[in-house]
Amino acid sequence: MLDEERERPDPDVLLRRIQAEDERQTRARLKVWLGFAPGVGKTFAMLANARELQAAGGDVVVGWADTHGRYDTAALLLGLEFLPRRSIPYRDRTLEEFDLDAALARRPGVLILDELAHSNAPGSRHAKRWQDVRELLGAGIEVHTTLNVQHIESLNDVVAQITGVVVRETVPDAIVDRADEVVLVDLAPEELLLRLREGKVYLGEQKERAARGFFRRGNLLALRELALRRAAERVDVDVQAWRREHEVATTWAIGEKILVCVGPAPASARLLRAGRRMAAGLRAPWVVAWVERPGTTSLSSEDRERLEAHLRLAETLGASVVRLVGERPSEAILRWAREHNATRIVLGKPTHSRWRDLLRGSLLDEIVRGSGEIDVHAIAGDEAPEAPPRRPASGASLAWREIAAAAVLVGLATGASALAERLLALPDVAMMYLLAVMLVAIRCGRAASIVAAALSVAAYDFFFVEPVYTFAVSDSRHLLTFGMLFAVGVVMSTLTLRIRRQERGAVEREQRTATLLALSRELGRALDEREAARAIARTLAEVFRCGAAVLRPGPGNALAVAAGAGELPLDAPELAVARWSFAHGEPAGAGTDTLPGSRIRCLPLRSGPRVLGVAALAAGPEKNWSHEDRDLLDAFTRQGALALERALLVEERERAALRARTEELRSTLLSTVSHDLRTPLAAITGAASALREQAAEMDAFERGELLDTVVEEAARLERLLANLLEMTRLESAGIEPKREWVPLEEIIGAVLVRLEAQLEGRSVRTELPEDLPLVAADPLLLEHLVLNLIENAVKYTPPGSPIEIRAEAREGRLHLEVADRGPGLPAGDEERVFEKFYRGRHPHQPGAGLGLAIARAIAQLHGGSLVGENRPGGGALLRLQLPLDANPPQ
Amino acid sequence: MTSLGPLVLLVEDEASMRRFLRATLVPHGFRVLEAETAAAAELAAASHNPELILLDLGLPDRDGIDLTRRLRGFTKTPILVISARGREQDKVEAPDAGADDYVTKPFGVGELLARMHVALRHAARAAGEPEAAVLEFGELRIDLARREVAIGGRGVRLTPIEWKLLALLARHAGRVVTHRQILREVWGPTYAQQTHTVRVHMAGLRKKIEADPARPRWLVTEPSVGYRLRDRD
Repeated sequence: MLDEERERPDPDVLLRRIQAEDERQTRARLKVWLGFAPGVGKTFAMLANARELQAAGGDVVVGWADTHGRYDTAALLLGLEFLPRRSIPYRDRTLEEFDLDAALARRPGVLILDELAHSNAPGSRHAKRWQDVRELLGAGIEVHTTLNVQHIESLNDVVAQITGVVVRETVPDAIVDRADEVVLVDLAPEELLLRLREGKVYLGEQKERAARGFFRRGNLLALRELALRRAAERVDVDVQAWRREHEVATTWAIGEKILVCVGPAPASARLLRAGRRMAAGLRAPWVVAWVERPGTTSLSSEDRERLEAHLRLAETLGASVVRLVGERPSEAILRWAREHNATRIVLGKPTHSRWRDLLRGSLLDEIVRGSGEIDVHAIAGDEAPEAPPRRPASGASLAWREIAAAAVLVGLATGASALAERLLALPDVAMMYLLAVMLVAIRCGRAASIVAAALSVAAYDFFFVEPVYTFAVSDSRHLLTFGMLFAVGVVMSTLTLRIRRQERGAVEREQRTATLLALSRELGRALDEREAARAIARTLAEVFRCGAAVLRPGPGNALAVAAGAGELPLDAPELAVARWSFAHGEPAGAGTDTLPGSRIRCLPLRSGPRVLGVAALAAGPEKNWSHEDRDLLDAFTRQGALALERALLVEERERAALRARTEELRSTLLSTVSHDLRTPLAAITGAASALREQAAEMDAFERGELLDTVVEEAARLERLLANLLEMTRLESAGIEPKREWVPLEEIIGAVLVRLEAQLEGRSVRTELPEDLPLVAADPLLLEHLVLNLIENAVKYTPPGSPIEIRAEAREGRLHLEVADRGPGLPAGDEERVFEKFYRGRHPHQPGAGLGLAIARAIAQLHGGSLVGENRPGGGALLRLQLPLDANPPQ
Repeated sequence: MTSLGPLVLLVEDEASMRRFLRATLVPHGFRVLEAETAAAAELAAASHNPELILLDLGLPDRDGIDLTRRLRGFTKTPILVISARGREQDKVEAPDAGADDYVTKPFGVGELLARMHVALRHAARAAGEPEAAVLEFGELRIDLARREVAIGGRGVRLTPIEWKLLALLARHAGRVVTHRQILREVWGPTYAQQTHTVRVHMAGLRKKIEADPARPRWLVTEPSVGYRLRDRD
C-alpha cells in the first residue's frame, strides 16, 4: 500500500547502487579499529576479533602486530599464524619490517596489520604502511588494521592545535573513507590515565616526556570528541548509503561543490584541511585551485616547493586539483566556479594592510562582490591564491642601463624643445616630455619609467616653466601637468609590463604546446611499435633533459627495453620498479609514493585498462618535479600510450590480413593440389594391389606395365611435392639466397645431366660464350630455376622437338634464354603462366602449375626477372635476366 | 648365414624403408643386419664388423652426421648415407664427417646398388689391392704414374692444378668429392672457403676433356656439394 506512493527510483541512482554493490562484492574489505589515543586497546580489540574469525574457520594471518610488551595482548597472538618479518639493513642496524611480498604470496583470507600510520623503513617498496595496505586491497586481500584519530590527515592541524604536538605520520582521508567498516575503540580518559599510571601503556622511552604532555585530561577529552565525531560522520555516511539503497527520500544537499583557493603561503595547508572537513561535512566533492598569472615569472624555489606540497596534500586529502590561468585571479576563480557549478568558495582571510587592497584591489572583496549565488567562506589562513609576481630576474646593471637610457631620452626631449622653443607653446613641450616618457615605458622597465617621468617633470619645470631655471612654480596650473606627466609614465609602464608578462606566458605555453605537438607528430609518423617506442623515449629525453627508455613486455611478459635515449641506469632494482609500475599500472620510483628511493621514475603507458609498457626516466629523487612538469609528463605518457596502442593495432591488423591471405592461398592450394596428389596415389595403389593379388594371372608384359606405372607416378608425386615445398620455402618471409660465385655453364650442365632420361631423343643446343662471367647466386636455387625452365619446355612440347639454350652477358646483366618449338604460350596469357597453379591449356598434364612460378620467384629473389614470349616461327621463349656483379673474383 | 655375400649394416628407423631395402638387397646377394637407432648401430658396427654401412640420417636418437663421425672413430667400413631431399646441408656435411657417398630419397634400386658397389670396390682397394696405375673410363684414360691423360687415344695437356683435380676425382671415381675435400687435397687447408676457385678450374678442365662442357659425360656437378667422376662401366 505504501509502495504505490513511493517515488519511482531514479535510474542513475539505481545504476550507481548496482555498481557500488558490485564493487563491494568484488573488492577486498578494509576494517579499521579507530581510537583516540595510544593505549585505548585497539590492537587488543582487533586481535580478539581475529581469534573469533579464526575459531569460525577464517584464514587469518598476522602480518604485523605491536603488543608493546602488554601481556594480555601478547596472549591473544598465541595460536595465530604469523608472517615472517623482513630484515632491512639500515646504517649499522637491522630494522624489522612487515613483509609485503610474503603477504601477497601467502594470500590469506584476512591479514592483520597493526598501525596503519606506520612509516616503513627506508628501502621498503612503499614509504608508508597505508600504501602497503592499498596494494594488498588491490590484490584482493582483506585487511584489518588500527589507527589513532590524530593520524588522520584532515584532522592533523586540529590535533596540533589541541595538543601542541605535530603528528608527522599521517594517513590520507581517502584510505579511511575506503574502509568498509570502522570500529571505534573507546575508553574513558580517566581510565586511560589510570592505565598509563599503572604502566600498562607503552610509550617508548625517549618519547616519554613529550607523551606526558600529550596525555593530559583536556587533550584526551578533545581527542576523544574528535574520534567520536569522525566515527559519527562515518555512521552518517553509512546511513546515507543505506537510505539510498532503500530509496528513502534523500535529505542531503544535492550538487554541493566546494572550491578551495590556495597559494604558496604556508597557511594554505590549514585552508586545505578546513576544506576537507567542510567537504566531508557536506558530503560534497571539492576542488583545489590555484591561479597563475600569465607571465608571472616563476616563483622562488621555496614558494614553488611549498605550492607543490600543498597541491600534493590536496590530492591526498581527496581533492582534485586545477590550475587556473588569468590576469585577474578573482575573475579566473569566479569563472571556473560558475562553469563547474561550485556552490562554495573557500579562501583565506587577508592578512595584509588595507592600503594594499586600495592599491591592488582585494581578492576577497572582488570575489565576494562577484560571487552572486555562490557562498564565500573566508577562513583564517592566507589570502593569495595567486603567486606573488616577482620582478623579472634582470640584473641590477640592466636596470641602471635602462635608467641611463631614460635620462638620455629626457635630455633629448629637453634639447629638442629648447631648439624649437620659438615654435612651441608650453603644452607642446609637455607633449614632447610625454612622448619621451611613453617611449621609455614601452622599451624599459618600471623603474626606468618612473625615473623618466620624474626627470621629465623636473626638466620641464626647470627649463620651461616660469620662473625658468628654478624649480619654483609660479602658476599652480602647471602642477596638474606635472601630475599628468607622472601618472602617464606609471600607467604606461604598468600596462607595458602586463603585456610583456602575458607575452612571456604565451611563449611558455606555446613551447609546451609545441613540444606536445612535436611529440604527436613524431608519434603519428611511427608506424610500428618500435618506432613509437623510440619516439617516446627520444622526446622524453629531450624535453626532460635526462635519459629515458620505453620498456615493453616480451615473451613470458618479462619487461625489456624497446627503445632508449641517453643514459639510464637499469639494473635489478630499477627493473623491479619498472615491473611494479607495469603490473599495477601506476607510476613508481623517484618522485612517487612507491619505491621513492629509486634512481629512475617509471610511468605506465596505459590505454584504458591495458598497460602496454613502461616509460622510465633517469630522474632520481634529487630531481624536482613541478606541477607543470608532472602535467606535461602525464600528457606525454598518455599520448605515447595511444600511439603505442595504435601501432600495435596496425601490426595486429597486418597480421590478420596476412593470415587471411595465407588462408586464401591455402584453400586454393588444397583444392588444386588434392587432385594432383590423389591421381598418382590412386594409380600407384591400384597398380600395386593388382600386382599383389593378380600377379599369377598376368604375363610379363602386363606386370612390366603396372610396375612402370608405379615408378612413374611415384616420380610425379615426388616432383609435385618438391615443387610445393620449394614454393612454400620461397614464400616464407626472410629467405636469403646463399650466394656463391658460380659459372652458368656448370649449372646448365648439372641440369642437363639430371634431365638426361627426359631429354632422350631431343636435340638440345647450348650456346654459351667462352667468357661468360661468374654469377653470384645460390647454386641450388639457380639449378632449380634452370631445371624448371628446361622441364617446362620438355613438358609442353612434342617429343623429339628441339630445345635451344642461349646465354650472354649484356649491359651488366646475364641473359639466359630457353626456347622451344612447341605450341607456344597461350596468346594474351604470357604473364599468367607465371602465376601459381596456372596450367594453361594443359589441365591434364602432371604438375601443379608451380614450375614457372617458382622459377620467377627465384629470379626475383636474386634481383632478376623472368618473362615469356612467343617466338617468330612458333614456340615459346623464356627469358631470364640476372644482375651481374661488377667485380667477380679472379 | 647361408650366403657369404657382403654383410651390410642397415641403419634405418622406418620399418617400410627397411622392408624395401631388405627385399632389394637380399636377392642381390647381400647379407643384411638391421639397426633402428644410432645406439644399436654403433653396437652392431663394433660387434659384427660389417663390410658396408647404409645409414639413414634421420634417426630418432641422434644426429646421423654425428653418428658418422663416431663410427669413423673406430671403423674404416664404407658408409653410404641416405639423405632426404631438402636437407642439402647433409650432403656436404656427411662426406666431410667421413661418409663415402650419399643417395637422396627417393632413389631407384639401380642407383643404390651402383653406389654400394663403388663403395665396396673402393674399400677393397684401400684394404690392400695396390692402386691401379692406369684408370680407364670409356674413352677417358688416366695414367696416374705418368701423369698423362688421353681421350680416345689423343693426349690432353693439363695444368698442374687441373691434373691434381682430375686425379683426385679419378681416384674417387663414382663417388662424390665435396668442394671442401677438393680444396684441402688440391690447394691445401688454407683455401677452405673459396669454392668458386674450384668451379673456375673445373670449368677449365671440362673444356679440355668434355666434348660439350654444358652436357658433361664424365665430370658431373653435384649442385652445391661438389663433383663426381661418372664411372659407368
